[in-house]
Amino acid sequence: MGSTTSELPQQRIPLTDTAETGLKIVIVGGFGVGKTTLVRSVSEIRPLNTEEVMTQAGVGVDENGAVASKTSTTVAFDFGRISLNATMVLYLFGAPGQERFWFLWDRLFSGTLGAVVLVDTRRMDDSWYAIDRLEHHRTPFVVAVNRFQDDERRYSLEEIRQALALPAHVPMVDCDARLRQSGKDVLITLVDHLYDMATAQEATP
Amino acid sequence: MTPRKPVDTGSPDRLYTVTSGRSRADDSFDLVTLIVAESGPSSGMQSEHARILELCRHPTAVVEIAAELGLPITVVRILLGDLLGTGRITARHPHAARSLAALPDSALLKEVLHGLHNL
Repeated sequence: MGSTTSELPQQRIPLTDTAETGLKIVIVGGFGVGKTTLVRSVSEIRPLNTEEVMTQAGVGVDENGAVASKTSTTVAFDFGRISLNATMVLYLFGAPGQERFWFLWDRLFSGTLGAVVLVDTRRMDDSWYAIDRLEHHRTPFVVAVNRFQDDERRYSLEEIRQALALPAHVPMVDCDARLRQSGKDVLITLVDHLYDMATAQEATP
Repeated sequence: MTPRKPVDTGSPDRLYTVTSGRSRADDSFDLVTLIVAESGPSSGMQSEHARILELCRHPTAVVEIAAELGLPITVVRILLGDLLGTGRITARHPHAARSLAALPDSALLKEVLHGLHNL
């Protein structure tokens, strides 16, 4: 895959000692939609991979309704990092969009600023569950359409909005997840949206 | 990107040993809580504890510690709880836990926007 992003350093880069506030943005979407690519294009570190194991009581029922007694479920996810200033660090989490990962989402979404739903127009079905889940959690989100080079049937954003039954207030943006500037624009679209919502809320007594 | 499926950690015995059989993690550690070592490793210390103190000479997020150690986050939370309990680390938590539906304040978001524009 071609890339115009600069090479990320191999070595671990520590944060500055003044770093004190960690922030989260979650990027959700189906397999192969470009979540890791998007994280990579804007991250200051190579995307790292880690796993979460669910061992808590009360989550022992899988999607088939079968009780998973002692077996814990493990799911892997990628993340990247952006130092915003001397004290604030933004972490970007790429989360698989499939229904069976709902428990990971609940964990990741807790305290997140907002989410980006990354959409591949060839597999829009993958996005429905993610959008439903975000609305359920009332997590603010934007929809970014990753325009692959072989995306011949270029649906307009308005057509995609209709296909996904997205309310008018949810911002949409085209992107090329491989490009740093484009990835940056997606994040700015989300935070602009959050800022507008926050100022509107603060203006309401 | 290759499709990833839920993975089996493959070595439950190792994880059991690392945590001395404990499975309840300290939930106060968010994925993005920044951990700072307050002292260096000492001799005789469990190797995972020592690794964490090495990593956290500079502030390091819980999720980065997990990735660097190759351990599940739940296990890392348990280990961090040990170190916090003995005063070996301090934790810089994210802003006060908000309800899921609550928005951060606009001043914070403005700072985030400013940081992103300057990338």
